Amino acid sequence: MITQFKGKTWKYGDNINTDVIFPGKYTYQKMEPEEMAKHALEDLDPEFVNKVNDGDILVAGTNFGMGSSREQAAVAIKYAGIRVIIAKSFSRIYFRNAINAGMPAIKSPEAVDALENGDPVTVDMEKGEIVTPRGTFSFPPYPQTVMDILNNNGLINFIKSKITGK
Amino acid sequence: MGKTFAEKLMSQKAGKDVSAGAIVSVEPDYVMSHDNAAAIANTFKKIGVEKVKYPERVVIILDHEIPAPKESSATNHKEIREFVKKQGIPHFYDINNGICHQVFVEQGFAMPGKLIVGSDSHTTTYGALGAFSAGIGRSEVAAIWATGELWFQVPETVKIVINGIMPPHITPKDIVLYIIGQIKADGGDYKSVEFTGDTIAQMDIGERMVLTNMAAEMGAKNGYVPPDPVTFDFIRGLAKSEFEPLYSDDDADYVQTVEFDVSKIQPSVAKPHTVDNYAPIDEVAGTKIDQALIGTCTNGRLSDLEAAAKILDGKQVKVRTLIIPASWSVYKQALQKGYIETFIDAGAMILNPGCGPCLGAHQGVMAPGEVTFSTANRNFKGRMGCRDSEIYLGSPLSVAASAVTGEITHPGRFL
Repeated sequence: MITQFKGKTWKYGDNINTDVIFPGKYTYQKMEPEEMAKHALEDLDPEFVNKVNDGDILVAGTNFGMGSSREQAAVAIKYAGIRVIIAKSFSRIYFRNAINAGMPAIKSPEAVDALENGDPVTVDMEKGEIVTPRGTFSFPPYPQTVMDILNNNGLINFIKSKITGK
Repeated sequence: MGKTFAEKLMSQKAGKDVSAGAIVSVEPDYVMSHDNAAAIANTFKKIGVEKVKYPERVVIILDHEIPAPKESSATNHKEIREFVKKQGIPHFYDINNGICHQVFVEQGFAMPGKLIVGSDSHTTTYGALGAFSAGIGRSEVAAIWATGELWFQVPETVKIVINGIMPPHITPKDIVLYIIGQIKADGGDYKSVEFTGDTIAQMDIGERMVLTNMAAEMGAKNGYVPPDPVTFDFIRGLAKSEFEPLYSDDDADYVQTVEFDVSKIQPSVAKPHTVDNYAPIDEVAGTKIDQALIGTCTNGRLSDLEAAAKILDGKQVKVRTLIIPASWSVYKQALQKGYIETFIDAGAMILNPGCGPCLGAHQGVMAPGEVTFSTANRNFKGRMGCRDSEIYLGSPLSVAASAVTGEITHPGRFL
């Protein structure tokens, strides 16, 4: 896994739910991740998919990703170009879905408060640091199980490598 | 220090003594999925394993888009049927059964002391019978199909104590919407939520399922009602296997305990666009509605239809009223009890058991500017297929009363 991410901040508020991240009407349509990406944040910020750059970082308030268990809400954001999500807190299933999609979800209320929309931000996974224009904030390392999944770029690759030994 | 239900169950499953915060790899007893099984099968193939490890632990129930409203959903269903056949999955329920969470319970898979996961956030429902049940993602289901196991963090536990006698116009939905309004949509995030107290003892399994279903809307990992004689009566003759109920120790460590007295609460409403946007019904009374929806995995059971029939008996609805029994078993009982006739006479529409318009896929999606008053569990923006519409949530009594008047109405007016 790449251990350092640099990008521009896309900042949103508290309780961003999975329906506005990836609308339910698409949930049962078969889509490849690239197609899902076209609907990322569709009912929250329709401009997002047109303006996001590869490598950008999403920043949000409390309980990000609350609601449905739909995995597309994590996959769509990742394939739209977002590499890391920093939030004050994550909903449980969303946190798992993000990790399982190989996208770090980092809890850091201090960094969220320090970041403004459009700010440059650097996340260093090895040092456990978020560098913002208003200070550097540290976050605790993930447990080994979670790191193993992230290092394999997601759960499915992780299981695959466990089974095949490759 | 004693252990909570969650700690005991995870310790038993992991084969070692664990407490909240520990990460364990464990084998669920059942893994449930629905229409998303087609996408899961696709992911499963990418893992590169030929056969599902434990086909008898896999339960698939089609409910989200049934019957198929379009070619893509029909293809989904077809692929699932083919996968089920190829893999020899014995527990498959096709489109003629009902909503997954209702069918899962009716078929006896939900049992005390079992670990159940499902690719649906409302998998928390089975905790009404004393199971540990949690929603997971699609890739995670694929991983369990392949390996039989999954990682979990043992959750901390919040205890919710509910006491008092429910007044006639109050239902479990009013209680749980009120609680979510107090502790908020992340009040139970990552937590195991235990529901206890003398009000719970008065509730049947269907009513307890409303609480554990809505535990998902507090962000909970699972909701749990300690099994009691009501549970054992319900499960007798229904249970798919032997089971061992598990209970929290008296000196278990709870991160939070909150107490509620139901005798003082009003019928509850969740205003657009979040479930914790609580209002007592009097505060929103008079709000015009275009559609009423009674059903879903939250409130489509017999007691819910009975509540609606009590209000609609001999009256006419003023707005489009959709009634969706949670399963064909519920439908049949409602038919025998005369509720279906009551609904038809009142001018309501009865749809086939399934998720209906709850997630905005079909059967009653909304137009811009419209308002639905629904018994479902979510009112997020765009949830019912249109981002410029509004959803209010309430009890079957409140929604039925409002269908009659065409505006949000206290059910006490008709009781």
